[in-house]
Amino acid sequence: MRIVVLVKAVPIVGNERLGDDHRVDRANGLEANGNDEYTLEAALKLTEAHGGDVTLLTMGPAAAAEALRKGLAMGAARAVHVSDPALAGSDARSTATVLAAAIRRLEYDLVFAGADSSDGLGGVVGPWLAALLGLPYLSYGSRIEPGPDGTTIQVRRLGARGYDLLEAPMPALVMGTQVLGEPRYPSLRGIMQARTKEILTWSLADLGIAAETVGSSTAGSRVVATALPPPRAGATIVREAPDAAVAQVVDFLAARRLI
Amino acid sequence: MTVRLTPDQVALRDAVRELADAKIAPRAAEIDTSGEFPWDVVKLLAEHDVLALPFPVEEGGLGGDLLTVCLAIEQISRVCATSGLIVAIQELGSLPLMLAGTPEQQHRWFPDMAAGRALPAFALTEAGAGSDVAEIRTKATRDGDGWRLDGAKRFITQGSVANLVAVFARTDDSAEARRAHRHLSCFIVERDTPGFSAGKVEHKMGIRGSPTAELHFDGARIPDANRIGEVGEGFSIAMRTLDRSRPGIAAQAVGIAQGAIEVAAKYAAERRQFGRPIGDHQMITAMLADMATRTEAARQLLYTACDEVTAGSPTASRWSAMCKLMAGDTAMAVTTDAVQVLGGYGYVTDYPVERMMRDAKITQLYEGTQQIQRLVVGRDVLARGG
Repeated sequence: MRIVVLVKAVPIVGNERLGDDHRVDRANGLEANGNDEYTLEAALKLTEAHGGDVTLLTMGPAAAAEALRKGLAMGAARAVHVSDPALAGSDARSTATVLAAAIRRLEYDLVFAGADSSDGLGGVVGPWLAALLGLPYLSYGSRIEPGPDGTTIQVRRLGARGYDLLEAPMPALVMGTQVLGEPRYPSLRGIMQARTKEILTWSLADLGIAAETVGSSTAGSRVVATALPPPRAGATIVREAPDAAVAQVVDFLAARRLI
Repeated sequence: MTVRLTPDQVALRDAVRELADAKIAPRAAEIDTSGEFPWDVVKLLAEHDVLALPFPVEEGGLGGDLLTVCLAIEQISRVCATSGLIVAIQELGSLPLMLAGTPEQQHRWFPDMAAGRALPAFALTEAGAGSDVAEIRTKATRDGDGWRLDGAKRFITQGSVANLVAVFARTDDSAEARRAHRHLSCFIVERDTPGFSAGKVEHKMGIRGSPTAELHFDGARIPDANRIGEVGEGFSIAMRTLDRSRPGIAAQAVGIAQGAIEVAAKYAAERRQFGRPIGDHQMITAMLADMATRTEAARQLLYTACDEVTAGSPTASRWSAMCKLMAGDTAMAVTTDAVQVLGGYGYVTDYPVERMMRDAKITQLYEGTQQIQRLVVGRDVLARGG
């Protein structure tokens, strides 16, 4: 089972900043998007149980390579990094177009995408990609297993009242959620091995995509203003001994009719 | 000279830090209070290959050099000195084998140690032979094709949980052998050896989760295949081991100091008195500055010492004694100041700095007291004229 896992390098959570152009500032440290790590974990477990390997795919600036390095340390076999100055400011359409071109160059049975990214929150690149590649799209996966004869994939899709069991022939694109399970910490052995694993870097020219068809100038929408949420009132810090602290917290919650 | 960490070392250090913060830090207070050896931490360190760091790649290890091992010890000790010591002992206990074992002996024991299935210990100290190592009374006598071991060891870190103990025993009683430091030999004693037992486990001030035990040898029969190095080479093996292991204790000390600084800095930014965070009061600001500066100086000396020891420097003993001396005294001073920064809150167990202060003390005592380190350094200064 060959699985391509989409990994987005996002600003380190808690460290996010917007640039003057209202775009996410990607110069302040990047890490793998949380939701992508859940799908990577699921992909690694599947290949460990059923054979095959995992290829990471990202589109982003040079610093995105560190997010790939972590994924390689967790156990992915290789990584592809699509990077090109002309891609700055790409919208979901550009991103999906470029990723589709990259995926067409890879051998795969499955493509995994996280539910959304912690910076953009759009959640549309995955389904867009499935449409471009003509793949079945199985969303909100909480569990992913091969079908009985090994030619299909079965996904439990989370719903409001439980889950639906979906099945599709492979190749297919699965969008995964945090319910898939905690991502592993890379072992030290994995980290050392990751240093020798290959990261392929592809430019737009490598993918046969004209620079003027992607990037900020082609974006269908742009952010014209941003505003921070109003600051919250100061926190109440309880520093009493446990018994007194519990009483204070209970009073606090009760006064707000929360308990 | 400047030691720059390699990308591998940076990645390993950061991974160990993340693991320590997420999985070990939440256990630290409980490990200290219960005084129980944290087998869960052993399992965690084994699963993440931290215990494999010092061993050769071909024996299932990661082939990490001394500095890399020290980076791991430092990061774990930052949150829990008992847990950091587990890594230091995995190195210390295996060093006699690493330095003087045959390839067969290494192949016999290293894979289990690298996988964390076997914990080693280093048994040198006795009730009457602490700093004066040559006074060892534990005796190994020829017994057929093997050896018979009689005597007792004291203050053996992880002695009661170790599977493999490197024991130093007297094999020659002659005055001549003693003068030449050729009277000791080193043996690996396996846990289930008849006649070998662990006795009293000490109640200690710090590193309370690390069992410090008495070991008893009552006619324990040791095959000659378990002898490490030549007969009479024991003293030399012990000294060469300490040259390489003292940086591990320095790393533990630097880690403890760093952990204390982080707690103190956070507290100083949050705690308000006289209408402002206490960190804005210059007497506290200055303390934090001194704590950070001293710790960084100790860290840089440690890293340089590791580099010198790994490079086979002729002054390796001096480097390793210097870094342990500097780091141990720094840890003691910095943790004491951290308690001071926290005031009354630092003295109670709600905050970890009192534990760190208790843990720091051992780094001035074991693997040679600070006085012994000064002797090593001072004699070398005299011998070299500088």
